[in-house]
Amino acid sequence: MNSTRCAACKHLRRRCPSTCIFSPYFPSNNPRRFQYVHKIYGASNVGKILKDLPENYRAEAANSLYYEAYCRIKDPVYGCVGIITILHQQIHNVQCQLAGIQAEIAALSTQSQNEDNQYQQTLIAPTLIQQNGVPNYTSYYDIPTWFD
Amino acid sequence: LMGGTGNSPCASCKLLRRRCTKDCIFAPYFPSDDPNKFAIAHKVFGASNISKMLQELPVHQRADAVSSLVYEANARVRDPVYGCVGAISYLQNQVSQLQMQLAVAQTEILCIQMQQDQQITLPTTPLLFDEDDEKSFLLQNNLPQFLNFTPFNNSVNCDSFKKGTLYGHDMVS
Repeated sequence: MNSTRCAACKHLRRRCPSTCIFSPYFPSNNPRRFQYVHKIYGASNVGKILKDLPENYRAEAANSLYYEAYCRIKDPVYGCVGIITILHQQIHNVQCQLAGIQAEIAALSTQSQNEDNQYQQTLIAPTLIQQNGVPNYTSYYDIPTWFD
Repeated sequence: LMGGTGNSPCASCKLLRRRCTKDCIFAPYFPSDDPNKFAIAHKVFGASNISKMLQELPVHQRADAVSSLVYEANARVRDPVYGCVGAISYLQNQVSQLQMQLAVAQTEILCIQMQQDQQITLPTTPLLFDEDDEKSFLLQNNLPQFLNFTPFNNSVNCDSFKKGTLYGHDMVS
């Protein structure tokens, strides 16, 4: 038997055996944690959920139960489902913004491509310089080869 | 004396095997034709806790409260470790990824705009360069590289947490 009862057994006013399902996850120094889950789920339901899980998952389960209970106490109508709704809205908003910017990028890229094509056409047909003693500079304007 | 729809007890009173009175708190929200709805909520929260939660709410908010409790209960049965918190984690991650993609796209558009602003004025007559002048010309007017981005591939299929399955009506009412 634990010399100090866990928060659950203290709250339930019972002795805390060494095999208490709650004690690893509801320490006596955080009474509010158990109070919240007890208010929303009840001790018996929390105990059942934890017992049905392998031991290595119980800590995470206790944390998520506490989080959901906390959300439900803060928002008795929607609980953490309210947070899910807000997140859906955020995702929708950001997706709309992203779609807008991607469309703008596509439009600008097309415009830029058209301007590049016009530029290359202008340069590919330069005026030929006479060859007597004067070098032919046309190769300097063949831009694609510069970037090869 | 039976509450609920018509003469049949509501789903809650049927499951709890008790008399369904005309002012049964569960009857408006747990009709007898959908026994699973109450069964799952009762499994996770317990009838007594559901009753207490509904009593603490004004009547016009109870339908939404029941819907969200049933949603949470379903999530908990489906994922006994994380319940709804699993969905919240997943969605928060999606928001972060999308915001990152947005920031990257905004940077890309700035690069394109900068590139277009820096474009050389097209010459109408050929210009004479010697080789050194040509090289420094290129270096001074070198075009910035286009950034290549791999779009985020979300391989997690989480259809059950998509918006359409939450409620049949707008939650904010």
